[in-house]
Amino acid sequence: MRLVILITGLLLTALSPAWGQDAAWAPAVPKASGEPHPEGNAYMRRWHMSMMKHDRDLTMYDGERGVNASIGECFECHAVKDEAGQPVTVADERHFCRSCHDYAAVKVDCFDCHRSTPEGFEEPPHQASLGRGILPTLPYSAQMAQVLEYLRASPTVTAEARE
Amino acid sequence: MTCTQKPAAPTRRDILKSGAAMATLQLAPGVTLMAFGGSEAQAAADAGKRWGLLIDAGKCAEGCSACVTACADENGWKGKGDAERDAQWIRKVTLKNKATGRTSELPVMCQHCESPPCVDVCPTGASFKRKDGIVLVDKHICIGCRYCMMACPFKARSFVHEPVTNQKTHAPRGVGTVEGCTLCVHRIDAGRIPACVEACAATGNGAMVFGDLRDPESEISRRLAEYPSLTLRPDLDLNQGVRYAEI
Repeated sequence: MRLVILITGLLLTALSPAWGQDAAWAPAVPKASGEPHPEGNAYMRRWHMSMMKHDRDLTMYDGERGVNASIGECFECHAVKDEAGQPVTVADERHFCRSCHDYAAVKVDCFDCHRSTPEGFEEPPHQASLGRGILPTLPYSAQMAQVLEYLRASPTVTAEARE
Repeated sequence: MTCTQKPAAPTRRDILKSGAAMATLQLAPGVTLMAFGGSEAQAAADAGKRWGLLIDAGKCAEGCSACVTACADENGWKGKGDAERDAQWIRKVTLKNKATGRTSELPVMCQHCESPPCVDVCPTGASFKRKDGIVLVDKHICIGCRYCMMACPFKARSFVHEPVTNQKTHAPRGVGTVEGCTLCVHRIDAGRIPACVEACAATGNGAMVFGDLRDPESEISRRLAEYPSLTLRPDLDLNQGVRYAEI
């Protein structure tokens, strides 16, 4: 019976014309301000990491400060604002980078050292980075607590599966 | 650098460069004259230069720590008052001649050696010397082993013990990596002088001179030729970029 439901569900999903566009299936990418990237979003999504890695070495070893793919400039346009109208740091799950990286389960350590908000904004101290360094900080453990809470509440997870 | 997979389509760099060509004049690779910025030439790291500092301890005022404050503000390393763990990119040191009782004060920071011991010992290549003589840490590959801190005769490097927030865009710093004076490399690349030198001049003491040691016409070279100076621990033969007078 379960198998029948599963197959029916899969068929319905595959036949649905909204597959791929459905908000539940894709990460919600926050809107950015400013001019769009000349290469297009698809290029940026595929290559942003290579561009930043290439240009970081140019800046660090050769002192070229006029590079285009600098992580600091990302947040000039890609700054998500909170209720108070202040940019959120990467500790907040609404942060631009996290909207995709959480979805893809790809952790980046850029923000162990780099700031995740526009230059000049005074980050509140409680918005510590994700704490992927040596000491775990509150946001990460809070996140784990949420996951555990979800697992406990979920009726689809049986007692056996949890053990 | 592994960008070989990139398609041959025009990159963001090419597109923006073509647009910017109207406003700038490419003088040589890495040297661009900005048409709207007067004669200010924006230069990247230049192998023909060797940046250095001349610190006149005779002019360094007792109790003044303008350079230290300026550095902490510029690079965002202000500590929490924990002397054992706070970062120190620059510090004031007091010397006392036990025989005569004469004291002198001087700031000590990364001495930007020509043959840096920190670079020699770094197991990952994170410690490196830029073409223009500035010694830096590539924090992308620093594993925080702190060999460089042990190797440095001047205690110029610090380890970041705790997660950091609110960094400056131009001075990234984070937990588990080693850091030190960058000679304000971001300012130098923009044609400016280091924050400590600027702050020292603003106090009126003028104890610090910054410039190109390779250029005989620069102020620092002329002063070095004019009166006696020394490097700290000259016995180590490191040929530092930072030199002292009147110690």
